[in-house]
Amino acid sequence: MTLRAYVLQRLSAALMAPLVIVHIVVMIIAVQGGLSAAEILGRTQGSWLWGGFYSLFVIAAAIHASVGVANVIEEWLGWSRAAAVGIAHTLALVILVLGLRAVYAVVVV
Amino acid sequence: MPASMLKVQIWRGEAQGEFRDYEVPRQDSQTILDVVTYIQRKLDPTLSYRFACRVGMCGSCAMTVNGRPRWTCRTHISRVLEDGFVRIEPLRNLPIIKDLATDLVPFFEKWQGARGRFEGSRTRDDDFSTVLPSEPRRAAASAAIECINCAVCYSACDVVNWREEYLGPAALNRAWAAYNDERDNNPLGVLKAVAAGGGCGSCHAHQSCVEHCPVELNPTESIAGLKRVSLQAWLKGDLR
Amino acid sequence: MSATIFQRAAHRSHPAYWAFVVHRVSGVALALFLPLHFLTLGLALNGAAALDGALAWTSQPLVKLGEWLVVSALALHMMGGLRLLFVELLAWSDQQRNWIAVTSGIGIAVGLLFAFNALGM
Repeated sequence: MTLRAYVLQRLSAALMAPLVIVHIVVMIIAVQGGLSAAEILGRTQGSWLWGGFYSLFVIAAAIHASVGVANVIEEWLGWSRAAAVGIAHTLALVILVLGLRAVYAVVVV
Repeated sequence: MPASMLKVQIWRGEAQGEFRDYEVPRQDSQTILDVVTYIQRKLDPTLSYRFACRVGMCGSCAMTVNGRPRWTCRTHISRVLEDGFVRIEPLRNLPIIKDLATDLVPFFEKWQGARGRFEGSRTRDDDFSTVLPSEPRRAAASAAIECINCAVCYSACDVVNWREEYLGPAALNRAWAAYNDERDNNPLGVLKAVAAGGGCGSCHAHQSCVEHCPVELNPTESIAGLKRVSLQAWLKGDLR
Repeated sequence: MSATIFQRAAHRSHPAYWAFVVHRVSGVALALFLPLHFLTLGLALNGAAALDGALAWTSQPLVKLGEWLVVSALALHMMGGLRLLFVELLAWSDQQRNWIAVTSGIGIAVGLLFAFNALGM
């Protein structure tokens, strides 16, 4: 990959490390006694903290996943750079849009 | 078949070809190069292969032995035999000229592509540079400088196999040595050369290069160094 | 003469390569999972009951298994990624093989911790 893609990959990874740890801890606690909407929304609704946390997570994940997937497409599928970049941009957009929509759904609504 | 005979399978042909079987008498002190040489001299004079020093200094005899790239003059058959069987192929990731001989031109073109050469600015009229061997940058350069371009690491690397444009472990290792040579007058030029699509960013730290290097070099470490320095240079704006 | 006694990929038979495969496969799995995850959470736009409906669906054993796999993938991917960041940003250490073992162990342990909690143990 180009240096620019590499830098974005590593920076988004470093940013996500603490976010993932928090997310896993929250998940382990939340899954105790079964999952419920009330439990999730009770934590996230109206919360600027969780809104900011998850928004940052979504943006970083969109960058990180798309660069990674582009590499897999070029290296393991052997498709062209253009195809890889096209699919990567699409995936980034999908993650960004659906992700921020989900954040909105659990924080604002 | 008596236990004193080896079952040897060798690639014959170019990109298209076939494996052919040979039986070679086993000796006590026998390297893969000895086996190949025996076959060419006694069994099949049409076999093509490459060697030079035959004492583990030049790297010319590198071939793929039971799936792994090795120097055949330094590979004792007892280390690689699997049930008395050994398969010998040309080095992977390089065009095959004939049988066991590969074309190393692409390897050297990538060496140049990574700016794996020294560019100095002093003339004979200038004083010598004083470089302490213990200085960290010199130590880093010295650790990487012993490469003799045998292409074993290049052959072991899967990213080289997957990406045509990837410069590869040897070229990038040499670039790191050039970057750390304080007598070099254009270290940023090295970083620019390795920042492109086929550069250091493409290394996934498989470390097959480290596992196979006969001189025990560590291209992954060198490439990690290039990544570190390139990251800083990119953030500073020197590499956009 | 059969060549089946060894793999064509003998040169890859070492831990650092396996760690790469785990990292890449888990990453692809996570990338494919994320849109589903976001669509599920997005059901809250239609009210808490809509989200509860989907969450009830996830209580099925096969789905729980899938959840465990995804959480394990996340834990393993993160630990492998941290190892890579260490390799690339810090000075080289000859303890690398141990790092592979330690990060894999932590990743698996986290996955199991999730599983135990999900199963109510």
